Amino acid sequence: MSTATHTEYNKPSAGGSAPASTYTGPGLTPQHLSSDGVIRVLRDDGSLDPSTDPGLSADEVIALYKAMIRTRLLDDRLVTLQRQGRIGFHIGALGEEAAILGSTAGMRDKDWIFPCYREFAAMLWRGLPLQRYIDNMFGNANDPVRGRQMPDHYTYREGRFGSVSSPIGTQIVQATGFAWAAKMRKEELAVLVYFGDGATSSSDFHNGMNFAGVFKAPVVFLCRNNGWAISVPTERQTASATFAEKGVAYGIPGVRVDGNDLFAVVKATREATARAARGEGPTIIEALTYRMSGHSTSDDPKAYRPDNTLDAWKTLDPIQRMRRHLTREHGWTEAQDKQLETEFDAELRACVAVAEKTAAPPLESMFEDVFAELPWHLREQREELLKGPRAKGHGGGH
Amino acid sequence: MPQMNMVQAINDALRFEMRRDPRVVVLGEDVGKVGGVFRVTQGLFDEFGDDRVIDTPLSEGGIIGTAIGMALYGLVPVPEIQFSDFIFPAYDQIVSELAKFRYRSGGEYPAKIVIRTPVGGGIRGGHYHSQSPESQFIHVAGLKVVCPSNPADAKGLLLASIRDPDPVLFFEPKRIYRAAKGEVPEGDVTVPIGKARVVRSGKHLTLVAWGAMLYEALDAANQAASQGIETEVIDLRTLWPLDIDTIVESVKKTGRVVVVHEAPKSCGFGAEIVALVNEKAFLHLEAPPLRITGFDTPFPYTLENEYLPLSHRILPGIVQTARY
Repeated sequence: MSTATHTEYNKPSAGGSAPASTYTGPGLTPQHLSSDGVIRVLRDDGSLDPSTDPGLSADEVIALYKAMIRTRLLDDRLVTLQRQGRIGFHIGALGEEAAILGSTAGMRDKDWIFPCYREFAAMLWRGLPLQRYIDNMFGNANDPVRGRQMPDHYTYREGRFGSVSSPIGTQIVQATGFAWAAKMRKEELAVLVYFGDGATSSSDFHNGMNFAGVFKAPVVFLCRNNGWAISVPTERQTASATFAEKGVAYGIPGVRVDGNDLFAVVKATREATARAARGEGPTIIEALTYRMSGHSTSDDPKAYRPDNTLDAWKTLDPIQRMRRHLTREHGWTEAQDKQLETEFDAELRACVAVAEKTAAPPLESMFEDVFAELPWHLREQREELLKGPRAKGHGGGH
Repeated sequence: MPQMNMVQAINDALRFEMRRDPRVVVLGEDVGKVGGVFRVTQGLFDEFGDDRVIDTPLSEGGIIGTAIGMALYGLVPVPEIQFSDFIFPAYDQIVSELAKFRYRSGGEYPAKIVIRTPVGGGIRGGHYHSQSPESQFIHVAGLKVVCPSNPADAKGLLLASIRDPDPVLFFEPKRIYRAAKGEVPEGDVTVPIGKARVVRSGKHLTLVAWGAMLYEALDAANQAASQGIETEVIDLRTLWPLDIDTIVESVKKTGRVVVVHEAPKSCGFGAEIVALVNEKAFLHLEAPPLRITGFDTPFPYTLENEYLPLSHRILPGIVQTARY
């Protein structure tokens, strides 16, 4: 894509900086995260605004910070593994750690999560052993989805965490149905559903929001507005001034939150969950954040956004902001960071070593779970495969 | 046994299963107070209430998408798509999501719903109220597809579909909603999924049909009998998984096969049936298999009866194949 096209798309960069106090729609800039009407708790100096502080305990804050660090380290190492040709693909959360972990931490254990595909951190927070996630990255026999999907298309029912698919927005309307069913069954729970700014253009966003509004389903719609849908910026997704205001048309309240502020995301999610639990229906939360990496390992953002775009966002890096807070309030030290990195690195290396040695799923598994039981035509085709010649490179990611 | 038409039999099955299993819910456009545009769900709203017989917003994608979510929660949704011509806004949810859920989640999340939808022509409904899209759902892995031809099968197959662990598309041939009448067993009587039925015995030719076209096939078979051709007629009842054994057994006896369906010819389900017969009974064949189907055009309004494979088109096909 040419620079000219990019400039035309991204009006704020063409005309200098965007207005700091109003979010007028086109483009997403760092200034938008501190603009009027955007919930923010964590100040630049690392202190918390007492008027909005959700009151997390020190243990909770430190555990979430560690999860953010672990997420970033995983992203870094998984990209490396992909570049080395050891795994096929990774789609990460670089820069969006606070939006993802803050929202999951804002839900109660009994609540359900319907993921998009960028939320492995939420799944690990819910308790999936790291080994299972890394098995998914390798598509091996221990992969929860048995090597049937690309890496990062996981599932974790035990953790009340849904099944990832690639089509955009499909999970939104399913989350509404799930929450609506719980309401019909008079079970008090809420459902958090993740999607990006691009997904708000999908028909399933409309369907999910509309049904949830009509039936007052206890859903928390979490739009990670990270500025980009692969190469297409927010202003090509909508002419609305904000994504939160889309709720108005569905009778759903919308809030906007600094998505790089873990405390603000926790606060907004908790309030939306409480609202849902009181039977007052759904909320849409627009978490303003920034996708600091490409869309996935298959994408090179240099083709559509200048490198220096990231400079301003680095000052709002959610992990740096948390670190300032921990240093100030909990005496966190650089040595502790180093120790964490060493621990997580060792943990990941051990998991990768196991995953690489684990066999590919058995051939027969290709035919299982299409139906509950194998019909005749799949039994025939299974025989055909088993008796036939083997493909070169059988063994997937090995 | 009480006499019923198709509409009454399907209604009876829904009522029976909703009384038996509190997880079963019905949702769709106009299915509540008015009981559906074909009145298939009539009276269910009054008996089971707004939480189990739900008038939804007008969005097929929303109906199927929320039904999948309900199934993941643990309900057994039986959504209605008002006409199968309007199922396509939900195609992504059906094909990419519903059909794949069990597989893609390594078995963690089976998603079980039964989609009921009127199918086929014969009501002067023009292109958008007449199509037969079955092969577009059979072709994608993970769905079962059912199409009954009479009230007793409609009830028994619907009960079996609701209790089956897999997602089912339940096509209701609207041309015979009220025209097909018959005795329907009371109470809990299911018809197994995946079993065809030989409805007429014959030694000269095998005629495969389903849904509304079964009656045209039988009419043509009876006319052929007066010319000395004894036709065996098979009602598939379940399209997928196909009861290939019943077809192959018959073809091995007759050596000749004709398939009838309303949908367009090319890549229609008849093509798959003929290919399977070729694979499994080639040396028994004494004539080329024949398809008598709708044409590869959009479904026409005024010329509907020229488009449909009615008995006047089936009879010459039977004679031609039998005398080949």
